[in-house]
Amino acid sequence: MNPAFSVVVFTTIAGAAQGLVVTLALAQLAGVPLGAGFTTGALILAEVMLLIGLGASFGHLGRPERAWRAVLMWRTSWLSREVIVLPAFIGVVGLWWLALRAGIATPLLPLAASVIAALLWYCTAMIYACLRFIEEWAQPLTPVNFALIGLSSGLVLASALAAFAGEAALLRLTGPCALIVTLLAWATRALALRRNAALKHRSTLQSATGIRAPNLVQTSMGMSSGAFNTREFFHGRTLALLKQVRLGFIVLGFALPALFALWGVAGGTALPWALALACQVPGLLAERWFFFAQAKHPQNLYYQVVS
Amino acid sequence: MIRWLQDLLQTNAVADAPARTAPSAKPAPPPSARALPGETLAKQLALVIDLNVCVGCHACVTSCKEWNTSGSAGALADENPYGANPTGTFFNRVQTYEAGIFPGTDTIHFPKSCLHCEDPPCVPVCPTGASYKRKEDGIVLVDYDKCIGCKYCAWACPYGARELDEERQVMTKCTLCVDRIYDEHLPPQDRKPACVKACPTGARLFGDVKDPDSEVSKAIRERGGYALMPEWETQPANQYLPRRVTEVAGGATKVEPKLGGLA
Repeated sequence: MNPAFSVVVFTTIAGAAQGLVVTLALAQLAGVPLGAGFTTGALILAEVMLLIGLGASFGHLGRPERAWRAVLMWRTSWLSREVIVLPAFIGVVGLWWLALRAGIATPLLPLAASVIAALLWYCTAMIYACLRFIEEWAQPLTPVNFALIGLSSGLVLASALAAFAGEAALLRLTGPCALIVTLLAWATRALALRRNAALKHRSTLQSATGIRAPNLVQTSMGMSSGAFNTREFFHGRTLALLKQVRLGFIVLGFALPALFALWGVAGGTALPWALALACQVPGLLAERWFFFAQAKHPQNLYYQVVS
Repeated sequence: MIRWLQDLLQTNAVADAPARTAPSAKPAPPPSARALPGETLAKQLALVIDLNVCVGCHACVTSCKEWNTSGSAGALADENPYGANPTGTFFNRVQTYEAGIFPGTDTIHFPKSCLHCEDPPCVPVCPTGASYKRKEDGIVLVDYDKCIGCKYCAWACPYGARELDEERQVMTKCTLCVDRIYDEHLPPQDRKPACVKACPTGARLFGDVKDPDSEVSKAIRERGGYALMPEWETQPANQYLPRRVTEVAGGATKVEPKLGGLA
């Protein structure tokens, strides 16, 4: 697939915002003492991130003015479900912020925010995981990775915020959690990479055309220049670049943040958390880019040769 | 603004209809024109493409483009048509494959359009309901006025049959010339898809694959018709007839199926 910048940005930023909200919610539910204004400030940041994500997601639409229609088919479409759950999540986070501003300390709102965040991760991932013939995506690890990567980036962000704001009690909780979840996300993402590396696609040129000759090549895709089919489904990058991106996102998205998190947990200053955040942002954007680029759509079998 | 409200109310009215025993004199709302997922239809229009006689002339491609760019839905994109890199929307493409090892190779021209699957994976994923399968004849269509151009249905089609129109920014696909096959202003022999009418070798057959006595059903039965990518269980309605090789020229020819299908 050709990764769409809008979807890469949306899923990465919204995932991190969800992780941040879940972290804050669990901290409040666990009764971690937080300074006045810290949670509300962090919630505003999460809302801004979610709105940036929402804006980016509109960038993927050909007819954004009709976007409201996308809520209609929630019975069958994961995309429709995501379109419903995302504004619901933004709304609940906003309500929680309002409640905190008004001095209402109810466990219901953070609880609801956590549940809806988990639901949103699931909906977003299932958009990809439910497409059975895109075999790189159609696996149970896809929702696991979306959730763990979102949670990892949210915990790193929360730890960085806590370190800067001097919220020692929160950092004592989120620091080790960030380390553990980042390592866990690394492990499950590596498992998915290993599975995909060994993947043997079910569709072949023979099954795509029904021509059963063992030696079968395309001599013309039926057009001299590109079409939607060649622009949307091919990224046009070399295998070497893909390998570099894979190494890059493992190092920047998981290995270095985990290392800095370890330093942060041991040392307790703000610097390692700032470094962890700074390298995880491009790392996870690269991770999501690779997620799309690695997927080989079976339609590509039909579009191999120009003549 | 009012139009969408009406749409919404109508959809609700249809959904609520069985639950309500309305004493009012209002006529019952018309049954949904959409096939439900997994529903077995009594009629399924489709194309059967004879790879044995397709000569790869692309007449079906140009005829399809001509008909569909002139229709009520608006022109199909045709960008840079006389430039170095022309691109645009087509509902039908003819591809070419070469099978075997030189010098014993076969060149096979392979027309490809929407297969109007009986279990179309592109339909349930559509978030707006713009993509649907017609209950009355099994044609898979896009309502261009409801499409938001999210491209998700194209991702969900393993055949690459859908093309986003870059100018209108809505998803487009083969309609089996739904605006032609039922047009009573046309003479009966012209009520066929434009590609079928254009094919000079008769490589494209059109009809109801659910009717065992139709031309297409007979062709599938007698000539080893097969579906593309059967591994994904989409049950394509369009089928292909395999290439046959005439071994002895002239007189009584010995014809045996080769290269494809189940034959």
